[in-house]
Amino acid sequence: MKPFAYARPQSLEEALAAIGAPGSAALAGGTELLNWMRLGIEAPDRVVDLQLLDDLRAITVQGDGTLRIGALARLSEVAADGAVARMAPVLRSAILQAASPQLRNLATIGGNLLQRTRCPYFRAEDPVPCNRRDPGSGCAAVDGEYDNVALFGWTERCVATHPADPPVALAVLDAVVVTTGTDGGRRIPVRDFYVLPADRVDIDTVLAPGELITAIEVSSPAPRSAYVKVRERSSYEFALVSAAAAVETDGPALLRVRLALGSVAMGPWRLGDAEEALVGLEPASPAVGHAIDDAVALAMPRPGNDWKVRLARNTLLRAVRDAAAIPDVGGIE
Amino acid sequence: MRLRLFVNGTPRTIDGVDERATLVDVLRDALDLTGAKVGCNRGECGACTVLLDGRRVNGCMVLGASADGHEVVTVEGLGTPDDMHPMQRAFVDCDALQCGFCTPGQVISAVACLKEGHAGSPGEVREWMSGNLCRCSAYAQIVDAVLSAAQQDES
Repeated sequence: MKPFAYARPQSLEEALAAIGAPGSAALAGGTELLNWMRLGIEAPDRVVDLQLLDDLRAITVQGDGTLRIGALARLSEVAADGAVARMAPVLRSAILQAASPQLRNLATIGGNLLQRTRCPYFRAEDPVPCNRRDPGSGCAAVDGEYDNVALFGWTERCVATHPADPPVALAVLDAVVVTTGTDGGRRIPVRDFYVLPADRVDIDTVLAPGELITAIEVSSPAPRSAYVKVRERSSYEFALVSAAAAVETDGPALLRVRLALGSVAMGPWRLGDAEEALVGLEPASPAVGHAIDDAVALAMPRPGNDWKVRLARNTLLRAVRDAAAIPDVGGIE
Repeated sequence: MRLRLFVNGTPRTIDGVDERATLVDVLRDALDLTGAKVGCNRGECGACTVLLDGRRVNGCMVLGASADGHEVVTVEGLGTPDDMHPMQRAFVDCDALQCGFCTPGQVISAVACLKEGHAGSPGEVREWMSGNLCRCSAYAQIVDAVLSAAQQDES
């Protein structure tokens, strides 16, 4: 690991000035940054530890009913929060199925959005072709010995997936990433936050250098929402495929449906056509399966990973049924 | 750089710490507290688990610098061979180890698991202890030990 200077700014203003300087890296939970530095994926001159920015840690329900989660809230704190459990059970479930208790005590919700792919070629200790690590070097995964690659939005330049669970939940919650920077702040919907390989492979998200995530806001809660994660062991493992669903019903029929898949693209993958097709159907009807069949028929499996298409289909179906199985108590308070 | 840590109830000042050193490096190399182990050194095995401000964390995923001013508890702070912590006693009684390399991390994690209220059933213990790998695969006995300590804690 390259030597670096360590700074612990006392205020947001100091922190923004520090992370805006070239060669600086922001440290929140550290569960990704430390490994990136070990592998040489990042080699900052200065690490800016954000631990004193207590204002960015609160989880609150605002006057208009918006759930606001400070970017530095630990994953364990978000999962334990009563408002999150009530307004966004899909997020609580996604967090509790992510990483381990120890890592969830360190990792922050803001940092989690910036997790990078688990593609073993990207994380290789010795250099191999990877356009994300070394632009123009190629993609070892495209014909590699690794089949947990993307179904959607990939190109020959990069077939990796985004591995984090919470962003998939945040995508169906229509959450907004709130940022600040020395040039002011932005509000970026989670579904617009990630950059697909067709656009660029040198960046993962639209977050600019020096821009800091301060909060995540959910103004459209989903008390009937669920997260289903399929993996090779039942705990402490990344997903093969995951699915998030949020439903509202009118009598027995679905009135509004929000769906996303995880670990199938370089960001959460919303399924707008299926969401519309499900309206008016009863959750247990065969027509739900047919609509989801149509949605996953748009997948572009690589040779060797077509197994993910069927898995995606079945995982989505289970997420819809799990969400619909949550009693409709009306209102969220 | 200079670090001030509260380790197992004692204030410690450590000079000349490299900014790159992790918390588990500092504990082992500067303070000779070699209970917490460096297994994978990338947050995957849990052998380095310690309590930081009362919460279990991977000691390899925290910079020593970030721990400056904070409170750390390692397995050495739980008990002694003559006066074991109830969780240590439960691990011995349940034969919950083979080679022992992962055990300090397991015991610290188990203490936190119980304190968090996640030791209610075998399935719950397996889920909430999944961050600690045991390559000897003493898992069944580890689950027994955590449940046994939880029962004693209730009585």
